[in-house]
Amino acid sequence: MVKEFFKNLLNKLSFNPFKRKTHVKLGLYGPPNGGKSTLANRICQDWLGEEMSSVSHIAHETREIKIKEQVNIKNKKGKELTFSLVDTPGIATRIDYEDFLKRGMKKKEAKSRAKDATKGVIDAIKWLDNMDSVVVVLDATKDPYSQVNITIIGNLQARDIPVLIAANKVDLKRANLDVIHAAFPQYEVVGISAKYGKNIEDFYEQLFKVAK
Amino acid sequence: MVTFQFVPYNDIELLSSAKRINKLLNIVKEEKIVIMEGRLRKEEEADLIEITMEEISAKFRGIELSVIYPDKNKQDISQKMRGVFVNLLLGNRQGLTIIGPASVVKKIEQNPDKIELFTNESKTRYRKKKRKK
Repeated sequence: MVKEFFKNLLNKLSFNPFKRKTHVKLGLYGPPNGGKSTLANRICQDWLGEEMSSVSHIAHETREIKIKEQVNIKNKKGKELTFSLVDTPGIATRIDYEDFLKRGMKKKEAKSRAKDATKGVIDAIKWLDNMDSVVVVLDATKDPYSQVNITIIGNLQARDIPVLIAANKVDLKRANLDVIHAAFPQYEVVGISAKYGKNIEDFYEQLFKVAK
Repeated sequence: MVTFQFVPYNDIELLSSAKRINKLLNIVKEEKIVIMEGRLRKEEEADLIEITMEEISAKFRGIELSVIYPDKNKQDISQKMRGVFVNLLLGNRQGLTIIGPASVVKKIEQNPDKIELFTNESKTRYRKKKRKK
């Protein structure tokens, strides 16, 4: 009876440290071309049977925030978690339309893509405050010690947002998980291939631990 | 020619976040590489990226940013304590921040113990020498 009283009281005060979250706003963050949209598509394919975002080898394909509501994920124990999955544009410190020209785009298209990409970065940073948990998607074949990665993770830490690092593209020979572990030793790192679904079950298990 | 401008911590210590970022960005827009004593707060680093994106134009293509900061995991308790006292007395002067314009700095590679800065100009210079041959 006493237990019930305190439980009701905490519920009335909208604060219950023992209550398990059942709906989580999950953000996918990271530098451009790390595979955020590929991972978003993998998650949506696995649990909803449909894709979420378009993907491209040219950086800044995702230039606006994309949200997929009601993504229900089950873990091995049968527990369920409902996500709002938020795919964000890649965060960069430089955007040069000439880089897009080099990838075969026309000048007008390249300039428009660059302009939209800058807006996308601003939106991604602004949305940090709205997230309950974040998966930082890094390209495991690239140097993780970039200031963009450090700034993203530092800002999540400052906001007390739980972080899972997905080291993507482990299907490639150049992938080096050890370097990512060494760069961010305080975080859980899961090596995955979002494109081919490699190790994705481990990723979902870790997601449950981080998002609970 | 590449120009570096040193910004001592005293110069930014009393400025608001917005003024700090504007001061640094104004130097970078003059095509100079900023070497700042200390580091920005984490939120200020994110603001710096945000404001950089707002200001991108045909002339200004963004920045390259890197911060060297002592790894607290490698410090013993006395070093950590000393760091806390120094920060309290003098402000967070530890570390070094490098900000360069994307038009000048091609990339900054950061390993735990060293920073390598590659400029666009050095590539052009190399090409010019090649042509002379």
